[in-house]
Amino acid sequence: MAITDVPEFAHLTDADIESLAVELDAIRQDIEDSLGDRDARYIRRTIAAQRTLEVAGRLMLAASKKRSAWWAGAVTLGVAKIIENMEIGHNVMHGQWDWMNDPEIHSSTWEWDMSGASKHWRFTHNFMHHKYTNILGMDDDVGYGLLRVTRDQKWKPHNLFNLVWNTMLATFFEWGVALQHLELGKIFKGRDNRDATLVRLREFSTKAGQQVFKDYVAYPALTSLSPAASFSSTAKANAVANIIRNIWSNAVIFCGHFPDGAEKFTKTDMVGETKGQWYLRQMLGSANFENGPVLRFMSGNLCHQIEHHLYPDLPSNRLYEASLRVREVCDKYDLPYTTGNFLLQYAKAWRTIAKLSLPDKYLRDTADDAPETRSERMFDVLEPEQRRGLKSAIAAVRQRRRDKRAAKLRARADRAA
Amino acid sequence: MAKNEVKVSANVADTVRPKIAGAKEHPGWHALRTIVGRITTPLLPDDYLQLANPLWSARELRGRVLEVRRETVDSATLVIKPGWGFSFDYQPGQYIGIGLLVDGRWRWRSYSLTCPAVRGSRTITITVKAMPEGFLSTHLVGGVKPGTIVRLAAPQGNFVMPDPAPASVLFITGGSGITPVMSMLRTLARRDQITDIVHLHSAPTESELMFASELAELQRGHDTYQLRVRLTRQQGRLDLSRIGDEVSDWRDRQTWACGPEGMLNAAEATWTAAGIADRLHLERFAASRKATHGQGGTVEFARSGKTVTVDAATSLMEAGESAGVTMPFGCRMGICQSCVVGLLDGHVRDLRTGTEHEPGSRVQTCISAASGDCVLDA
Repeated sequence: MAITDVPEFAHLTDADIESLAVELDAIRQDIEDSLGDRDARYIRRTIAAQRTLEVAGRLMLAASKKRSAWWAGAVTLGVAKIIENMEIGHNVMHGQWDWMNDPEIHSSTWEWDMSGASKHWRFTHNFMHHKYTNILGMDDDVGYGLLRVTRDQKWKPHNLFNLVWNTMLATFFEWGVALQHLELGKIFKGRDNRDATLVRLREFSTKAGQQVFKDYVAYPALTSLSPAASFSSTAKANAVANIIRNIWSNAVIFCGHFPDGAEKFTKTDMVGETKGQWYLRQMLGSANFENGPVLRFMSGNLCHQIEHHLYPDLPSNRLYEASLRVREVCDKYDLPYTTGNFLLQYAKAWRTIAKLSLPDKYLRDTADDAPETRSERMFDVLEPEQRRGLKSAIAAVRQRRRDKRAAKLRARADRAA
Repeated sequence: MAKNEVKVSANVADTVRPKIAGAKEHPGWHALRTIVGRITTPLLPDDYLQLANPLWSARELRGRVLEVRRETVDSATLVIKPGWGFSFDYQPGQYIGIGLLVDGRWRWRSYSLTCPAVRGSRTITITVKAMPEGFLSTHLVGGVKPGTIVRLAAPQGNFVMPDPAPASVLFITGGSGITPVMSMLRTLARRDQITDIVHLHSAPTESELMFASELAELQRGHDTYQLRVRLTRQQGRLDLSRIGDEVSDWRDRQTWACGPEGMLNAAEATWTAAGIADRLHLERFAASRKATHGQGGTVEFARSGKTVTVDAATSLMEAGESAGVTMPFGCRMGICQSCVVGLLDGHVRDLRTGTEHEPGSRVQTCISAASGDCVLDA
């Protein structure tokens, strides 16, 4: 059942964890001290490029009747929305660019191009998800109250449709994000604070209303003035662009905490948690994927999910250099650094979701040692001398399992012979 | 399990909507902006137009530096063309906030306008003296190239010359304290209102005299404008307690004084003692107050009107909550940006890194502490 004691799971003493924190703080400090013109230019150019791309997409949709132009327009617009939401919006709202003191590129003023209100996102994501990362029952992002993503969550009949729910969530992801803070489940059960709900409902409908009006009324109406486009062709293109963005952002986000090796935690972990333990929880709970410059940019640098969770407010363009140093620290403390090919990581997330649609009796692994969740109890099988660092210990448990299985096979073969 | 020990609550600050400069002055344009904004939401049309020309945006007041004119060795006049939304209805003597991009960060300072207040102008000027410890003023005097885009804050201040001007006027200026008075003199000259003016100006040396030729010109052209320059290195400082020796009818004049702190304090004492403090108008340049590291201070919460004195280890959020201010809050550990509010005045210090934030920035109250007295927009 998930990790209940982070230091024990991590095979680190309090002193180790403290010095880990010092090393991670030093990485932050070095990057913060070197922020300057180059970084400011990066975000301003990214914003200018994104706006230009968006206008280009809109123009393509208005200017040509050709099917290829329609697709080009829809995809361009989709890419523009991806960049706006991920490399710009998400990161600006994290305060990654607040150091510039530019009121136009600031966490307190940024409103992003999607149906959710920035204010709600700062609560559900910046606060709840980033502070209580992967803590069952605290971090709503563990399954979004819809999916069973770890066997720590009790199986319920609707989990049979895990794959269906996940497909729907990916397709309409922006609406999942937009509605998250409304906590519909609580409203239906009557467990909400009505006044607060009404305020949030008003904030949600204002924002969502403006977005829907723009994409499905105002723009289609405007482009229908062009002889090359019609109201419905533009409305459809906008819907496709939104869905492209939804599926992509959902995929990137799922690669952050659901692939094998991204740990889950319990509420006991955060009671009296030190800075170092918090760092540790962020590292163990997140997963990266391998990247090049394009994937970095298009994922809003969330390919560096681990570094993003350690330093949510460090500018995204610096996470790559941070990742090189964080990896060294992980090696030094014998901690796992979960990463892999993007498609493979995404496939692992789907595999877990597919498996967990079944009740526990059909699952082989226990919640103490499964791909998507582990606990300190997994090491009970090891002899004390086998307990070194976490990474080695996990390898030892795996080796033990493999040996056992091989022995069983051998015994069966012997019997047959 | 510790299930019930964890109570999650937050009061996330509202997303600050853009202030549109000049929305009231140009209702037609603003209506158009609102309509077009339906298809550019969540952005403004301005956010796209400013890609073509940085001045085509009223989201924030901004301007382009057209010219940097040397005045003396260590001072320069910046001619700035403001962008959309700037209104030229400022009064002579007012100051303006100017934000300059240095090493990727916007830094803000206030400077008196030196241009005349006349309708129909298209540019404004400020005159800046490089202060030895003034990082930004040195940059403005020596490092700004024509074409640079700056941020502006609307003109403000009560140190102004009324229209029409009073019949008899006394100006007392020292050093760069002449800048707001320069705007007044230029305005009066344009309006042909140079009445009976005595101007006592002090500067250390001849070469540090700003606007020397223009002032001399003004004196030649107007018999009623008497300029008396005092070079303090040679002649010593003006003794304001004996102002009667210099200007016998000083009691009858409306007086505007601007300059070093000591001079202004002396003027205040003299005029108050004479019982005519209402005839004295003072402008104190907010002396570029240095942050007082690790001292704490009095925190004023401007919106709720409350104040509290705290030490250097108490976060601004705790300070506000102890004074009964409804502070926005979230994670309380510096990661969620729910608690960001504006720092209107003074300095605050980041408790994690020790970084000092200056007035005009926005700060996370949960991990910042007062560094000297400060004013928060909360």
